Amino acid sequence: MTAANDEAKSTVALLVTCLVDLFRPNIGFATVKLMQQAGFTVDVPTAQTCCGQPAYNSGDQASAQAVAKQVIETFAHYDYVVAPSGSCIGMVKVHYPELFAGDAEWRGKADDLAGKCYELTTFLSSVCKLEVTASFSRSVTYHDSCSGLRELGIKSQPRALLEQVKGLTLKEMEDSEVCCGFGGTFCVKYPGISERMVSDKVGNVKKTHAEVILGGDLGCLLNIAGRNKREGASAEVFHVAEVLAGMADIPGIGEKST
Amino acid sequence: MNLEHRSAARFKPQAAEALQDDNLKRALAKAKDGFVLKRLQAVSNLNEFESIRTEARRIKDHVLKHLDYYLEEFERKVIATGGHVHWAETAEQACNVVQDIIGGEGKQVLKGKSMVSEEMGLNAALEQRGHTVVETDLGEYIIQLAHEPPSHIIAPAVHKTRDQISDLFHQEHPKYGLHKRLTEVPDLVSEARQVLRDKFINSDVGITGANFLIAETGSTVIVTNEGNGDLSQILPNVHIVTASIEKVVPTLNDASTLLRLLARSATGQEMSSYTTFSTGAKRTDDQDGPEEFHVILLDNGRSKVLGSDFQDILRCIKCGACLNHCPVYGAIGGHAYGWVYPGPMGSVLTPLIIGLENALDLPQACSLNGRCGQVCPMSIPLPDLLRRHRFKAFQQGLIDSRTKYGLTAWALMVKRPRLYHALTSVLTRVLALMGKSKGSLRAVPFASGWTSARDLPVPQGQTFQQLWAKRK
Amino acid sequence: MSDARRQIMANIRRSLGRDELPESAQLELRSRISEPEQGIRPHFDQDLAERFVEKLEAVAGTVTRVPSLKQVPAAVQNYLDQYQIKAKLVMSADSTLAQIDWPQDWQIEHRPASGGDHVSVTGVFAGIAETGTLALLSGPVHPTTLNFLPDDHIALIRADQIVSHLEDLWGLMRKHAHMPRTVNLITGPSRTADVEQTIQLGAHGPRRLHVVLVESSA
Repeated sequence: MTAANDEAKSTVALLVTCLVDLFRPNIGFATVKLMQQAGFTVDVPTAQTCCGQPAYNSGDQASAQAVAKQVIETFAHYDYVVAPSGSCIGMVKVHYPELFAGDAEWRGKADDLAGKCYELTTFLSSVCKLEVTASFSRSVTYHDSCSGLRELGIKSQPRALLEQVKGLTLKEMEDSEVCCGFGGTFCVKYPGISERMVSDKVGNVKKTHAEVILGGDLGCLLNIAGRNKREGASAEVFHVAEVLAGMADIPGIGEKST
Repeated sequence: MNLEHRSAARFKPQAAEALQDDNLKRALAKAKDGFVLKRLQAVSNLNEFESIRTEARRIKDHVLKHLDYYLEEFERKVIATGGHVHWAETAEQACNVVQDIIGGEGKQVLKGKSMVSEEMGLNAALEQRGHTVVETDLGEYIIQLAHEPPSHIIAPAVHKTRDQISDLFHQEHPKYGLHKRLTEVPDLVSEARQVLRDKFINSDVGITGANFLIAETGSTVIVTNEGNGDLSQILPNVHIVTASIEKVVPTLNDASTLLRLLARSATGQEMSSYTTFSTGAKRTDDQDGPEEFHVILLDNGRSKVLGSDFQDILRCIKCGACLNHCPVYGAIGGHAYGWVYPGPMGSVLTPLIIGLENALDLPQACSLNGRCGQVCPMSIPLPDLLRRHRFKAFQQGLIDSRTKYGLTAWALMVKRPRLYHALTSVLTRVLALMGKSKGSLRAVPFASGWTSARDLPVPQGQTFQQLWAKRK
Repeated sequence: MSDARRQIMANIRRSLGRDELPESAQLELRSRISEPEQGIRPHFDQDLAERFVEKLEAVAGTVTRVPSLKQVPAAVQNYLDQYQIKAKLVMSADSTLAQIDWPQDWQIEHRPASGGDHVSVTGVFAGIAETGTLALLSGPVHPTTLNFLPDDHIALIRADQIVSHLEDLWGLMRKHAHMPRTVNLITGPSRTADVEQTIQLGAHGPRRLHVVLVESSA
């Protein structure tokens, strides 16, 4: 556990993400625990709802802008903003500035927020330099979620952190960088295509014989876990934060409690 | 799939049908790995790849900014070297120009692979006049036998398995005295070579596409591996090139920069077997080559894409890398897209050419995973352009009412955090109760889009915000 | 000027938000053409001939290196023997090929190739070390059909004809040759991957490409 010396007094705001809020609070608490381990004070603004991606990716720019303004105002006064999601941080960091391309005032605010926003594993490895103390004696495979991978360059960060987890073995799957078929509203608008994609993903997971699937975005994980259950596959699904925080001791995503 | 009546507007049923096609699934699985791995290797072997990519983008952006100048310069050089240039605003005009050049009826016309000629609907137009069209690229030949359009911009028959090709040849080749059923790749290729060789030698006109047009010299450039594009243009008396207007580049050096990206991105080769620069008609003392050389410059809406939010797509060099890396293309193949250009570049370009209202699904049927933009050698921001189509569709009221009402309700909630948290607390509770002791749900009312393909993991029971408030 | 041309030009200029470029801008573009930019050339340290051979062999071309023109007929003979092909050749009339004493009993014709020709022997204008590519120019002495119709294409190149990069070829052409009807850049034999993405040589063009590389021009 490393206290981030100079940052000791900094406050981190948790952007919890709508899916974690709704489906898997454990990921939110794991994130909080990790940041506290790193010596940060964590705050959770109650005015947060969603980052606006559903509107943005459906073409509803006006709603996306309205939601973005709300997020910018909610998080403006924090030193850091961290989310357990590459997708939501990609939205804030990459797409908010684009959304306000024609509006100097809001563009400036969007850029300010973008500058202090971090996806969790990036924050842990580049800002906190966290030493992981968790142990997890299972074999895992890691799915690289698209937004995190391609918009934020998240690939080595979670792996470097997982390497420190005692007992964990990483078995890379084929096509770990290929989309799982979630894609936000895509998966419900084009269920057949999405089904092929997620069943390919689950097929690649099976080939590794890993006991656990990890990833950094709950959307993808819900999709993979749901397909896993549908196919009766045995691998359990967790968010990487749950493992890093030593909080993967509850049933995996979509598993019934025993 | 009924390919005769396919259309971009029928994307959904076409995609559904494609997903049921086991041959297609096998063929696509086979193709994908080859393309992806070979490209990766070729790109990693070129240290300068990124800087060449930047340079290539600069060249194309420069051309687009001065497109009128370079087209006129190209035209001047073609004429100076004894060729002819014809301009066509529409596919129909372009077909008419070709008809006029060919003249008469009942001619045998060779064709090298040309996506622009697909855009023109050229084969059907020529056949209507009683001409015989012979596609000479092996992949194009195969699909011509099957009466299908190409399903990929560089591998037109990628959707066909070897068994299907074997059947086609066995069915179509007896008329040439070839009766034996062949199953091995070398034998199939050899037989096609034999059948087509005769046609090469006895045709009146050759039509090829162009990968580049060079303003410096008035040359048209084609890149092939088979050599069919070469035989198609040096054996007949007339060589016609069909090209879209954005293909022009200033100099041979500029073309060289783009060539360094093209084959690597397309097939993972450093250079394709044949890169051919055709300049004018045969010279008076040449012993072979075409007596006539015609270049048809087709606009088909591109001049209006210029200067728009979508201009970046005009940098496309049709390498096919975005198709090869697209998981949606990998699932449904090219025919389901319903028009000439499939995959990410197609989903951007098609609505621009045939109208967004006729291709509404194309920009939507994408998970925005970003892989296409990552591999595009011309740095075309494909996901952003697809999203721009979605903005336009929304602005123009072209989205379905379910999505529209869904978004309105969603926006209403997310803009009111208190209401939002109250509602999500209820929702999470309801779902948790429904799935109590199950872990995940097989079916959920109003969520069949999700549950048709996968279970819905059950929420933990309370929202994070609820639990966080309690903890404090 | 055709209506279509006028309309397309008008559309382009409207989209670009300007009229025809002023003379000064046109002059600038003209000089961008007359003094072409050099581009970014892939760096390599190898000797040009070594690189050329390595790259060509990597794409299924074959190469025999001989010290001088004198050894060319023997090299060609070896190749023909290897595939049991009769010494019945169609040949380009390049000056280099003309300097060679071909065996009297070989049947050599200087003409365009026809469908029945088995082997062609041609000179080349240049080789490109970067990619192992041959550059062949059409002309009175070199019909293009020689490069495509026969099953076997044997190309003769002198080491001093090998340039480093594609741009160097264009530099040479601008200096010494005008643009002929056809410039063929050939990198290996004809191939296709249209049946299940399996690479098969000899689709429509030559099934084999053999290069005889002559080390000295003497």
